[in-house]
Amino acid sequence: MLRLESLSASYRGLKALQGVSLEVGKGEIVAVVGANGAGKSTLLKSIAGQVAIEGTIMFDGQSLHRMPAHEITRLGVGLVPEGRRLFPRLSVEDNLRLGAYAKRGTADRFKPLELVFSLFPRLQERLSQRAETLSGGEQQMLAIGRALMTQPRLLMLDEPSQGIMPRLVDDILAAVQKIRDLGVTVLLVEQRLAEALEIADRAYVLQTGRIVMSGPAREIAADDAVRRAYLGI
Amino acid sequence: MTLETILQVAAGGLLMGLIYALVAAGLSLIFGLMDVVNFAHGELMMLAMYAVFVIWDASGLDPMLQLPLVAALLFGTGMVIYRGLIARALSVQFNRGMVQIFVTFGLAIFIRGAAQFVWGGDFKSVNATWLAGRSWNFGGVYLPLPQLAASVVCLAAFAGLLLISRTEFGKALEATREDRDAVALIGIDRDRIFALGWGLGAGAVGIAGVMLAGFYYVGPNVGVSFALIAYVTVALGGFGSMLGALVAGLLIGEVEAFTAAVLEPSLKQIGVFAVYLGVLMFRPRGLFGKL
Repeated sequence: MLRLESLSASYRGLKALQGVSLEVGKGEIVAVVGANGAGKSTLLKSIAGQVAIEGTIMFDGQSLHRMPAHEITRLGVGLVPEGRRLFPRLSVEDNLRLGAYAKRGTADRFKPLELVFSLFPRLQERLSQRAETLSGGEQQMLAIGRALMTQPRLLMLDEPSQGIMPRLVDDILAAVQKIRDLGVTVLLVEQRLAEALEIADRAYVLQTGRIVMSGPAREIAADDAVRRAYLGI
Repeated sequence: MTLETILQVAAGGLLMGLIYALVAAGLSLIFGLMDVVNFAHGELMMLAMYAVFVIWDASGLDPMLQLPLVAALLFGTGMVIYRGLIARALSVQFNRGMVQIFVTFGLAIFIRGAAQFVWGGDFKSVNATWLAGRSWNFGGVYLPLPQLAASVVCLAAFAGLLLISRTEFGKALEATREDRDAVALIGIDRDRIFALGWGLGAGAVGIAGVMLAGFYYVGPNVGVSFALIAYVTVALGGFGSMLGALVAGLLIGEVEAFTAAVLEPSLKQIGVFAVYLGVLMFRPRGLFGKL
C-alpha cells in the first residue's frame, strides 16, 4: 500500500532522514520505533507532504512526491500529528465534523462519526466542549477521531501515547487495533517500545535517520541488542 | 449643548460609526485569519467608490442597485490580490513580516497612483441618487437618508458575516485561523481559504465604499483617512474580533462626532487618536482581543 524508497529529508537544515526504505502492506500495523531525534516524526511528515523530500513515496501506485499536503489527505492518508494539533477554540463536534469538510457534496460523509463514538464514547459526552478543555487523553482520542473523519485508508499516528495517563495508553492502543480490524492500515511511530511492538505486525528501528533493523514485531521485541544499542533501555 | 444637539451629534456618530465598523471588520477578518495587515485596505474602499461613480456616470444606475455588483467585484479583487501578491509574499523564506508590509503598502501606493492617473486628482461626487438630499426627522433629530441607508446596509453586512461564521465554511475559516498548518490534515486547502478570506475582507470594505459613495466625495486619497481610523478601530476592538470591530467602530464614531462638536470639526480626529493611545497604554489587546 505504501512504499518508500531511499527517502531523504532535511528538517530545519539538518539531515533528518537518509535513504530510508520501508513498506506497509494493506491491513498491517507497522511500527517505527527509535529514540528521540531518530527522525520518526520527520518520516511521517514526509509522507504527509509537510517537509521537502528526495526519493520515492508511492501510495497505492501513486507518487506523493511534491503533492500538496491537503491532497495527500484527500487521497486517503490520515495523520494524527505530534502535539495533536486540534483546533483549540472549536468544539469537539466542530473538530470532528471539519474532518469531513473536504468531502462536501458526498452523502454519508458524517457516517464515520458512529465509528468514532463507538471507539471513544467519552467524545460523545463532550461534544459541545471546546477542544482545549479536554484532558490529554481525550485530546488524543479527538485527534484520532478527526483523522478517521477524513476516511483514511492509511492512518499514521505520531506518538499517540505521549503526555497521556498510562491507563489511557492501553485504551488508545486498543482502539488502534480495532481501527485496523475495520480495514484501515496503520503506520505507528512510537518511543514506547514494548507497547508499540505488542500491537504491531512488523517493525522498523530508526536510528539517526537510517533504518538499522526491520522484521516481525515479535522478533524485534525479543532482540536485546535492539533495546540496548538503539533505544538506550 | 442642548439635549437636542447632543442627540443629533450622537446620531451622526452612530451612522458614521457603523461604516467605520464595517471597514474595520474587513481589515480585522484578514488580519485575524492570516496575520497580514492589509495596508491597501483603504484603497480597496476607494476602488469601490470609483466603481460606483463610473457605473453611475455611464448608466445612471443608482448606487443602491449597484451594491451586489460592486461587492462581488471587490470580492473578486480581494481574491486576485491574495493569489497574485500575498500568496507569493507569504512564500518567501526571509524577512516575511517586512515583505508582507511592503507588498500591501506598495499596492496601496500603486492603486492610489493608478486612480489619479485614470480619473484625475479632483473630487467626484455621485449626486442625484434616490436618497440624495432627503432626510428623516426623528423627533427633532435629523437623519440624512443616504447615511441612514449606509448604516442599515452595514448592519446587514455584519449580520451576513455572523451568518457565514456559523456555516461549515465559517468553521473552516476559524480552524485555519487557529492552526493554518493543521488544516491540511483534514484535507482543507488553506490557500483557498485564505483567498476566500481576502474576498470577504475586500467585499466588506467594498460594501462600505458603495454606501459611502452616496454621500461622500470620491477621490484618490479618500481611503487614507478611513484606513487610519480602521486601524484604530481594529486595535480598540481587538485584532481578529468581528464583535470588537462593531463595538469599536460605534465608539470611534461617537468619539469623533463629540470631539468635532466640542472642539471644532477640523480637530475631530484628535479624540480618535487619543483613544488609540489609551488602548496602547492600558489595554493593548483591545476590548475583545484574543491575542
